[in-house]
Amino acid sequence: MTATENAQDAYAAERDTTEGRVYTVTGGDWDELVASVDPVSEERLIVNLGPQHPSTHGVLRLVCELEGETVRSVRPIVGYLHTGIEKNLEYRNWTQGTTFVTRADYLAPIFNETAYCLAVEKLLGVTVPRRADVIRVIMMELNRISSHLVALATTGMELGALSMMIYGFRDREKILDIFEAVCGLRMNMAYVRPGGVAQDLPRDGVKMIRDFVEYMPQGLDDYEGLLTGNAIWQERTQGVGYLDVSGCLALGVTGPVLRSAGLAWDLRKTMPYCGYEEYDFEVPVHNGADAWARYVIRLDEIRESLKIISQGLDKLEPGPVMVEDKKIAWPAQLALGADGSGNSLNHIRHIMSQSMEALIHHFKLVTEGFRVPAGQVYTAIEAPRGELGIHAVSDGGTRPFRVHMREPSFINLQSIPALAEGGLLADVIAGGASLDPVMGGCDR
Amino acid sequence: MTSDPTGTGSAGPDDVQPVGMQRSKGLFGVADTGDTSGFGGLVQATPSAGEIVSTPAPLGGYFDEIVGALREAHGDEITRAVIVDRGELTIHIAPDRLAEVCQTMRDDESLRFELCNSVSGVDYPDQRNRLHVAYHLTSMTYRRRVRLETAVGLDNPTVQSVTAVYPTADWQEREAYDMFGVVFEGHPHLTRILMPDDWEGFPQRKDYPLGGIAVEYKGAHIPPPDERRAYK
Repeated sequence: MTATENAQDAYAAERDTTEGRVYTVTGGDWDELVASVDPVSEERLIVNLGPQHPSTHGVLRLVCELEGETVRSVRPIVGYLHTGIEKNLEYRNWTQGTTFVTRADYLAPIFNETAYCLAVEKLLGVTVPRRADVIRVIMMELNRISSHLVALATTGMELGALSMMIYGFRDREKILDIFEAVCGLRMNMAYVRPGGVAQDLPRDGVKMIRDFVEYMPQGLDDYEGLLTGNAIWQERTQGVGYLDVSGCLALGVTGPVLRSAGLAWDLRKTMPYCGYEEYDFEVPVHNGADAWARYVIRLDEIRESLKIISQGLDKLEPGPVMVEDKKIAWPAQLALGADGSGNSLNHIRHIMSQSMEALIHHFKLVTEGFRVPAGQVYTAIEAPRGELGIHAVSDGGTRPFRVHMREPSFINLQSIPALAEGGLLADVIAGGASLDPVMGGCDR
Repeated sequence: MTSDPTGTGSAGPDDVQPVGMQRSKGLFGVADTGDTSGFGGLVQATPSAGEIVSTPAPLGGYFDEIVGALREAHGDEITRAVIVDRGELTIHIAPDRLAEVCQTMRDDESLRFELCNSVSGVDYPDQRNRLHVAYHLTSMTYRRRVRLETAVGLDNPTVQSVTAVYPTADWQEREAYDMFGVVFEGHPHLTRILMPDDWEGFPQRKDYPLGGIAVEYKGAHIPPPDERRAYK
């Protein structure tokens, strides 16, 4: 190709580098490129997927080495969405921490918050009121459904089932509406706080959730009608992205991927928290260990989550949603004033005109936050993508000394080479999508 | 300091003190807590600088069994310190013996810690061996958890890699290297993972500033978070 031709086609330029010849391909010119590459002298082709690519589930970069259409090696490269959440936490007080961790895995904010708050509560040695526990479980299961819906929707989109994307996002919207009614925000809501939850369910909250639980099974039947019997869907997922139990354990893969390989490891059952031992539900398992099995597991898990939500609604009894200790509860428990600010007028009247001590305590709590006894804990919960662990260290101060998030997306992504090498290039996408990585969580 | 097997005691006067540490600075220039309410307590404890003290036996629950099995396989010296806190077991191990300990933890019939959940670094700038690495292991067979911890100093921040035993530690050790500068010996390709390859410094060390830029909002200048007035 001459220089003038290059100038005419700026988007499909090629150039020689020390690594070999580099082609830039955008969209429809793939056939032309393949025809122009001499198959004898260049049998290995390195294809760079991402980081900006609609099929890589976020800003994930995959460097694939191809031999024909067979993938010989895959190198996942992460870090494009690193936002320093763990470092930032060290400069905020313990309560403010929830607003940071919630932004890690943005499809499962309630899980991030709950895991973090369980860690803080374990450090403090406090037990949250029962109503708060039940609300947490209901919110987590709603969140699990919304996260699995996105997993189904995006996997569908990436494999060409665009209707599934529309259906998945349509039904997820109903859950986001519930979240908005409960905590004012659709995502990143910082609703779960150390000591309980930020506020009680709204008056019509229970009815909204019940309506959703009634509505959702019909949606699941729709997805099954769209995909399960669909020959293309079966061909694209069955036997694709195989990873067995020993592979999962060696690579630390948990969640639906591990259960799709036949091991019924679900922290809600095996190491219960938030009172999950009181709920009656099954842990779906499959022995396919492929992308199809993961699809089936996610559908089944949505059904189980609906069961848990119904039981949770029955368990809701009137009571506080935050521990009584005012030091811990303060920032979360404020009445909304007439001026729209978060202070209740009664509280302001009390601190400004009745009690000097109350004013001092208010000031200290607002500026400093509460102190957490020194030590370290590890808490883990079953997030939609697997075990979400929080390793929290306190030095006895009002800010976290160190918080580490064991993010299932980060850990599970390590298995992409094991899933994809030796398969076809198209199956890299199907296998990767079946892991359902969320890069916000992976890179934190 | 031979009586300090973990090397986690406070840094002596001859040791190099970390620079740029965020010292608490009270309102109106008060040097200490500036606390007159009594809310903060009269004694300011700095437990992170304290030497790690083992919990006396019996530890209770399954903890004795784990420590016993480990000592039986590797001798009594293998556990530098054993701590039970908030129902969690922490075993301090020498940085050059981690791989063999993990091998036993995974394969011994009475231990069976099949899953390495999490590897995370912690920086305690007041300690001589200030870089800690914590490994959280889970036994799916017995439904138990344990934390292995090791500490290294800045002069030789080398820890044995456990990737041969737990391949899942691969990316997590790279993250600990990326963020704390802990060098994992025997890791197949110890490179940065979250930060760019040419990044300088180790961002999650305590002497690394948070950074950020000042923001002007309606005429007021708001400094970056780590330069704001601290009310500690």
